[in-house]
Amino acid sequence: MARRAGGAKAAGPLSKVSVRVKVNGVEYSHEVEPRLLLVHYIRDVLGLTGTHIGCDTSNCGACTVLMKGPWGDEWRAVKSCTFFTPQVDGAEIITIEGLARDGELHPLQKAFWEHHALQCGYCTPGMILSALGFLKINPNPTREEIKKGISGNLCRCTGYVNIVKAVEAAAKEMREKGSWI
Amino acid sequence: MIPRSFQYVAPKTLPEVVRTLRKYKGDAKLLAGGHSLVPLMKLRLSNPQVIVDMRHLRPKLAYIKSDGKEVRIGALTRHAEIEHSAELKRVLPIFPAAAEWIGDMQVRNMGTIGGSLAHADPASDWPVVALATDATLVAYSGRTRRIPAVKFFQGPFTTSLKYYEVLTEIAVPKPPPEHGWAWKKFERKAGDFATVNTAVFITPGRDGRIERASIAVGAVHTKPYRATESERMLAGKVPTIDLLRSAAEKAAEIAEPASDLRGSAEYKREMVKVFVRRALVEACERANLIRPQVAEVR
Repeated sequence: MARRAGGAKAAGPLSKVSVRVKVNGVEYSHEVEPRLLLVHYIRDVLGLTGTHIGCDTSNCGACTVLMKGPWGDEWRAVKSCTFFTPQVDGAEIITIEGLARDGELHPLQKAFWEHHALQCGYCTPGMILSALGFLKINPNPTREEIKKGISGNLCRCTGYVNIVKAVEAAAKEMREKGSWI
Repeated sequence: MIPRSFQYVAPKTLPEVVRTLRKYKGDAKLLAGGHSLVPLMKLRLSNPQVIVDMRHLRPKLAYIKSDGKEVRIGALTRHAEIEHSAELKRVLPIFPAAAEWIGDMQVRNMGTIGGSLAHADPASDWPVVALATDATLVAYSGRTRRIPAVKFFQGPFTTSLKYYEVLTEIAVPKPPPEHGWAWKKFERKAGDFATVNTAVFITPGRDGRIERASIAVGAVHTKPYRATESERMLAGKVPTIDLLRSAAEKAAEIAEPASDLRGSAEYKREMVKVFVRRALVEACERANLIRPQVAEVR
């Protein structure tokens, strides 16, 4: 058995913690081990496997989801691999599965398709949710601003040119429609 | 990657946080935004037995307030809130400018200034800004203790906070509106920690002279430092490019960088000279002490 680093002793019985979250409009309530990472909760407990695990070190952004609240935070893109699940108790989350409405793709999803902004698609859910979180802050960005906005997301096959074009096109459509999600 | 098991508590009040810290003596660790601690725990470089989540304190400790004398930033204010703060852009623009270069958008959306300062990574950005702006860090443990930034950072990941103290606020003296400032962060790749980072504050005096210069440098020592000799070289002088270059070279003498994947020690020391010089030039431009320079001179 591996020794505990730093000679730490077990801190008594490790109890589970209850978590309530709303994901894609559906309320969930679970008892979880505190160390359960949010991305594992979303994928393994809720079965929403559209949220991917890439680097698992807060770099690649494949695990990005949108989160709101509960403590005074507006909708914003965050990396779900960098949360313990109890931290999001009371929050609302949107994953890639929650973007399409009645079978109609979200403008960002459509734009990624039309502009060929993916090849293997592994980074795409995170890329789209980052773009959405970014457009919430800056609805009318320049190309340079888009590049900086999605710099927390890595793509290893298409390259970023078509992704930036897709975000630009989607931003335009979203502005015209006047809707964000 | 899965962290080791831990007990999780999320106290509702500050006194309760302090009680929890006292109860577990050094075995408990505070969790703010978690964007330094969670990655370390996943790598099992940090294995606290108890995590004390500060999330219920957000309504109390996330704010940006400014009065006649100082700007006060709550410890749980997120980097993104600082980046987009209209008030800070107006009175203390170095804060939003530095925030913009921390990690990436998602990290800034969650990470907090207090968490970052208390974590005291020697390559992180807020400690350098806090040093240059003569910030005071406010700690709570049932009573309040005000710690000047120069006394706060003790070494890598080490601060003068006691295990039962909570960092609650960063108080920054309001600079005169005509002050010059610059934030320079040299990063190897987008969103990386700094290879070298530097913050410069210039208070203009009479007859085109620098009344006071404040220069802080990070990522090239066991803790961020003030280049006090360089500051003395500049005080009371009319800045010229040559003088600013000499002051920057002086600032590099204090550096004791470690060779690593971001560059050799020699290279990093050279970069201190380059980036401190650029920061000094830019800050003097903003203070209207020198004419805007062409890029080659910078």
